[in-house]
Formats: sequence, C-alpha cells, structure tokens
Amino acid sequence: MLDISGGYVALQNLYGEYSACLDAGDFERWPDFFLDECEYRIQARENYDRKLPLSILWLESRGMLKDRVYGIRETLYHDPYYQRHIVSAPRVIGVEGGEIRSEANYLVLRTKRDEFSEVFNAGRYIDVVRETPEGLRFKSRSCIFDSEVVKNSIIYPI
Amino acid sequence: MLNVQPDVEIPTWTHDGSSRIPFWAYTHPTVYQRELERIFYSKHWNYVGLEAEIPNPGDFKRTSVGERSIIIARAEDGSVTAVENICAHRGAAFCRERFGNNKEFLCPYHQWTYDLKGNLQGVPFRRGLKKNGEVRGGMPADFNPKNHSLNKLSVAVRNGVIFASFDHEMESFEDYLGPEILRYFDRVFDGRKLKITGYSRQRIPANWKLMQENIKDPYHVGLLHTWFVVFGLIRGDQTSRLVTDVHGRHGAMASKRENVESGDVTKGLHSFKEGMTLHDNRIVDVKPEPWWNGPTVVMLTLFPNLIVQQQSNSMSTRQIIPRGPDAFDFVWTHFGFEEDDPDMALRRLRQANMFGPAGYVSADDGEVLEFCQESYLQEPARNTIAEQGGRDWGELNHLITENPLRAMFAYWRKVMEI
Repeated sequence: MLDISGGYVALQNLYGEYSACLDAGDFERWPDFFLDECEYRIQARENYDRKLPLSILWLESRGMLKDRVYGIRETLYHDPYYQRHIVSAPRVIGVEGGEIRSEANYLVLRTKRDEFSEVFNAGRYIDVVRETPEGLRFKSRSCIFDSEVVKNSIIYPI
Repeated sequence: MLNVQPDVEIPTWTHDGSSRIPFWAYTHPTVYQRELERIFYSKHWNYVGLEAEIPNPGDFKRTSVGERSIIIARAEDGSVTAVENICAHRGAAFCRERFGNNKEFLCPYHQWTYDLKGNLQGVPFRRGLKKNGEVRGGMPADFNPKNHSLNKLSVAVRNGVIFASFDHEMESFEDYLGPEILRYFDRVFDGRKLKITGYSRQRIPANWKLMQENIKDPYHVGLLHTWFVVFGLIRGDQTSRLVTDVHGRHGAMASKRENVESGDVTKGLHSFKEGMTLHDNRIVDVKPEPWWNGPTVVMLTLFPNLIVQQQSNSMSTRQIIPRGPDAFDFVWTHFGFEEDDPDMALRRLRQANMFGPAGYVSADDGEVLEFCQESYLQEPARNTIAEQGGRDWGELNHLITENPLRAMFAYWRKVMEI
C-alpha cells in the first residue's frame, strides 16, 4: 500500500510534469508518462455518460501513443497552436495494489498564431496511476470533455 | 448589433459551367439565405437521424434541418414523427435535451402540451378560471386547438434511416436518390438492425458546401491523407467507380483496396512516407465483410446534408448543419450492426481513430476547409479551379478528378438560378 501523504506529492508532480510537457509542445516525451500497456482516450462527455464507447481518440498501447506523435509531426496537416493546461489538484478516489485511482478537472486554452487565446477544451481526467521503479506512470488516462462541440479539430494530446 | 443582413444583390457567375466557382458562392449573405429557402427548407430530404436512436415509443431526439431546430420522436403507434421545436403559443424553443423519453411535449413557459405527433393537447385555462361565480380569462371562443399544432415535417424512413422535409409536396425518398445512388444506400442500410456506438460534434468555420465538396473530391484523398496512401485504404491507382444521380446532386465514390506499394501515384508526393510503419497497427487492421460486394470503401454524399461513410470496417453518418455562411456543425454518428461479433465491434471502434475531429484522415479536412474559407472572405471576386479531369461531369472509373464536385455545382446553379 502506498503512503498517500508522500505519494500525493508524487502524484501532483506527475500531473504537473505531464501538463508542462504538452504545454511545451514536447510531444516526443508524452508517451514516457505511460506504461507500455496503457490506454489513453479523449471522449465526449455525452458518450461517457450514456455508456457509448466511441472516443475521438482511443489509443491502446504506448506504441499507439508514439504513432500519434508521428501523426502530429508528419501526417496531420493543421493550423499550429499553443496549448496551456490548467489542472486542478488531483482527487484521489482510491489506492489499491500499487495503483492510484485519481481524477482532476482540466481546462485547455488554445492560442493560434494570429488569434486571441480561447477556451479550447474543458473536462475531467479519469486516471489509473501505477508505481514503477522509474516513478509514477499512467496505466490509463481518460480525458472526458464537456466541450462537446469541438472547435474544428483536436490535433495534440490533452 | 442586430443580426440583420441587408438584401445585397447576388453577383453574376462569370464562367461557363461549374468548373470555376466564385469565392462569393461561399460567403455571400443573400446566396446563403436563398440556399436555406430553396435547398434546406424546400424540395430536398434532409437527414435527421437513425431509427436505432429512438427505438421505443416516447423516445425523442433534437436535431436541425438547416438552421431550424426540430425534434424527431417515436409515437405510441410506432411511427416516426418530426416537428419543429417551436411552441405554437409564444414561440419558445421548448425542447432543450438532445435525447430523452416523454409521453408528450411540454412547453415550460405556459405549460402547453402536445402529443408525440405534434397535436396541441392542453392549454391551461383555455376556458378560463372559475372563481366566486365568475370566469376569469379564457381563450376566445373561436380558438381551435386543431389549428395550432407544432409545425409538422414530412418524414421518410428507409431501412432505419430517417429523413425529414418542411416541404409537404416531396417526391418519394427513393425517387429523390435515384436508382444508382439508392443501390449504394441499400448496400449499407439493408434493414439490418444498427447499433449506435457514439457521437462526435465539430464546428468547422467554413461554408457548408465545402464539406460536401470535400467528399466529392477524390483528387485530394490520396494527397492530403498520408494514412490513406501509405496503407492503401484509398488512393489514386485503385479500381474505382464514381456515379451521381441524374441531377448531379448526390454522389457515390466506390473504391477497392489493392496496392500499397510506391509507384507513379506516390512519386514525389510529400505526404507519402516511404517505409512508414506503425508501432501498433490495430487501427488499420481491416477484416473484409461479405456484404461489401467488391468495394472496400464507399462514400455517399446525399444532398444537401448527409455523408454516409463506409471506409473499411468503420461506418458513420455525418450530418451537416449550416450555421451562417461561414460555419457549419458536423455531427458524426458512428454505428455498427447488432449482429456484429465482439471482434468486429472492436475493429469498428479502433478504426474510428481515423475519423472525427481528431481522426488521422479527417482532422486535416476540417483544417484545410478553414484555410479556404479564410481566403474566400478576403477576396470574394476570385474563383476556385475545379478542373482536375476536365470541365464536365458524369460517371467515371478512376479517382484523379473533381468531377462529382462539378456535378453538384451544376445542380446548385440550376436550383439557385445563379
């Protein structure tokens, strides 16, 4: 069983580092926050609430996360933008068998090159985090978004 | 400022035919108003949903025809109804949820109620309130509820797919599609029970026609979309068939996956990534299905507001909802069949990663449409060139063309008298 008082700082740090990585556009490091066997999804809240399985992005392994990074860099033509993640303090739901189940609210601001900053995606992370010798890693991260009408497209991870 | 557009005169279309399209066709407020009146609100069937979304009596779904909010519902007798989401009394758009189940429609403002077919049932204090021997209020004696139903739309249902029209003189849905297009429609929708897997919604800052054009433009698919070319899901050297209905308004693009090697079709192509491999290829792991009958992809464009996608094992309907001349909502309903085994259900979900607002071959469609609209707003007098494969339109057996796009504009010019 994790000692959650010390573990909480580590968990908070994981969230902070994750956001910093994406806000810096350092997508090559993004898969490193996950276990090899992992799951990542960005899913509209209406589907989540109605138990409909469709996600706008559903990646089932760290390999798929790497493929997404290649897609962002090499195959998806898009209008470039900055991201800024504002993430609440994580809420620990449970700690069991070396795993933390936690959630946090997030707000992603998008700033295009010649435009004002705007609220791009608001939602909730639902996470399973596992302790590894290298530190905490995501076993799964689901981004369940309220912003169901997407402002055109979502290219980068959230 | 009030949202009132002056009735600006429509400019003259200067070129012959439909291969040079003026930028103003995508931005002009009067053109757009005429499109709503002549295309979305009359003489055309609009896609509004799938029967699987409203399986039980009382089930309803709120959606749109053109910009107008409408509700489809299943009545007690099992029939599908469509009504405009405007209370007959003071005009409130009373239905706020996207989906639900109700015994009747209720406007919260003055509690007027309507049955599921839109007939006015209840008007509080219609005969006034009796108190102390007097009658207070009451509607005039000649007020007849029968004359104040919700605005009812015509409905056509074919094999589980629902279309509606504000026009009550519509030709049959089958005649509207014509035999060639109907055959491709029935290929996906042959009466098998559908299973909805979820929704995606985008607001794309571009004119609604650009989305129809995008799917009527096979020229771009093997160029913009690296995944299609590299994994051979659809590209310029495949055996294909392009057809339209007799008017040119609807189209089908059918193609068969063959070659994934490099060759003339990929030579010098920036988006072709020689030797590209995936760490995990489950997203493009396609399992042929017997009902395909040849083509591995068929994209249907039904004028004015529907795209039906069958690309490999992934299927969706994509509804276009115009939001002024410079934007539209794009609503994706992904589905499979109730008879799918768990393996096939999983494949459909995995392959959905290619589509929608984050999809490997769809996110960039939305992006380039935004780039186009930006220019159209700046220089309305210029023209686009849609002359790949010539200036005419008609049936074709390859993809290096913008032929179906020209077909749509030939029809559009006729209907719009532009």
